[in-house]
Amino acid sequence: MMMFQKAITLKKTPKMITYAIKVNAFMWLAITILLLSSMSSTVSAQTNKLTAERQHELYNMVRQDCGSCHGMTLKGGLGSPLLPDDLKSKSIDFITLTILKGRPNTAMPPWNEIVTRNEARWIAQQLKKGAFK
Amino acid sequence: MKNNFFKINISAGILVLSSLFLTSCSNINTITSAKNNSTVEKPLRATGDLGLIIERATGQVLVINNTHKTRLAEISGLGDLSHASIVYSRDQRYAYVFGRDGGLTKIDMLKDKIAKRILQSGNSIGGAISQDGKLIAVSNYTPGGVKVFDAQTLELVANIQATQMPDMPRNKDGSIKRSKVVGLVDAPEQRFVFSLFDSDEIWVADFSNSTPKSKYTLKKFTNIGRAPYDGLISPDGRYYIAGLFGEDGMALLDLWHVEKGVKRILDGYGKGEKRLPVYKMPHLEGWTMAGDYAFVPAVGEHKVLVIDTKTWQQAGAIDVYGQPVFVMVEPDHHQVWVNFAFPRNEKVQVINTETKKVTDTLEPGKGVLHMEFTPRGEQVWISVRDKNKVKIYDTKTHKLLKELPAKSPSGIFFTARAHKIGL
Repeated sequence: MMMFQKAITLKKTPKMITYAIKVNAFMWLAITILLLSSMSSTVSAQTNKLTAERQHELYNMVRQDCGSCHGMTLKGGLGSPLLPDDLKSKSIDFITLTILKGRPNTAMPPWNEIVTRNEARWIAQQLKKGAFK
Repeated sequence: MKNNFFKINISAGILVLSSLFLTSCSNINTITSAKNNSTVEKPLRATGDLGLIIERATGQVLVINNTHKTRLAEISGLGDLSHASIVYSRDQRYAYVFGRDGGLTKIDMLKDKIAKRILQSGNSIGGAISQDGKLIAVSNYTPGGVKVFDAQTLELVANIQATQMPDMPRNKDGSIKRSKVVGLVDAPEQRFVFSLFDSDEIWVADFSNSTPKSKYTLKKFTNIGRAPYDGLISPDGRYYIAGLFGEDGMALLDLWHVEKGVKRILDGYGKGEKRLPVYKMPHLEGWTMAGDYAFVPAVGEHKVLVIDTKTWQQAGAIDVYGQPVFVMVEPDHHQVWVNFAFPRNEKVQVINTETKKVTDTLEPGKGVLHMEFTPRGEQVWISVRDKNKVKIYDTKTHKLLKELPAKSPSGIFFTARAHKIGL
């Protein structure tokens, strides 16, 4: 967490930036990893910064595993269709919450043990955009 | 005679020329045999040890041979196969592939080609072939119901519409939704049996007395239990069982005595235990029976349930690695193989049916989706989606025999299914 704060301040003051360049490459790597991991695990609802690798994992998960009920192209199946047109009336918050908590008395399970709030939000945004087609 | 001789000579000559043309280095053997038969020789192919593997992400199927453990061909253009299943014609020449997008594709196993393909609904889940092999039934989500086709021509024979659900949100075109249909199987006496997911019913469609006026009669069983998610039929075609998602228990119908109605079995199993989130619906495929016991997946629990088929009471529960998806018994009924739901889908466990204990845990890799035994059970083929592989194991030693490349493989279906009730 110390490093995380340091990284934030680094961005702000020019003096510190000069200092930062001197920090060796390994340190930078550590800082970046810490930054990314703290972002995905803490709330940071607005930023949504997920690693490319995690995005790829989630993309596959939505298509393959959500797809086992909603269809791989999300046209629906046992679960409802999830294409942008179908989600028009649903807000990002609503979809995020549905992913995290599931829908009681239906086959939709809560995914909060699998994805973080931030990741659920990212999925909701991508669903609205039709990115999983 | 002369004329004939002349004709033969000409055709033989053409063949000689064409084979010379086709093979840059001339092969005397080929030419001689072409001369003798006066046709180009293609090796004969039997279909009894063939099968198809669904490549779900690319809308393709692989034709395989399970004697030689080889890939023979890849066929494209089958649409959305994210949830696909297959039945075979009784002559084992044709495969009928039921795709998620409502596609029904008839594949010619001799030619490695699509013989015919239709889009019969917006969204479908599976199908069955009738006792006489002449009818193909498909169960649909949208619009909810079962459509029955002529197996030869794929022309519509009957459209059985499921119960309307006025309380559910309407279809896009404004029409009232009908219940989704699941667990469709064929049953003796030219019947199809299926379950209605939203309206909690089991229906039996009887096609044995087809007249020009009415092709079938329908028997409906209501209030069978909440949200049947799949169904299976015993190998003798007598018992139909629907698994319930909405409550603990299963619904049993004795097809020798439909007048007795649907009976609830395993009522309240797992009571008092907290059900885990179910990330993938279990499948009930075939009948996992050994001696007097049947083995079925528990919903939302890391357990395989054992049912005493004499009393239909629960006789035990076997703790397993994850939530079971497929619980499949070897053809000799000695061992049961189990795969699991996301996120524990990288392993497979083997249960001894006599001791009812897990004897081995294998790790084929992430995304184990399906298992299929060779007709007499010496091998099991396992699809491993995320590894893009099908792994073939020896069922006795549990040793890996071979791996075949396949793109996101899911269901594996061998032609031996052609002669089994309910498959």
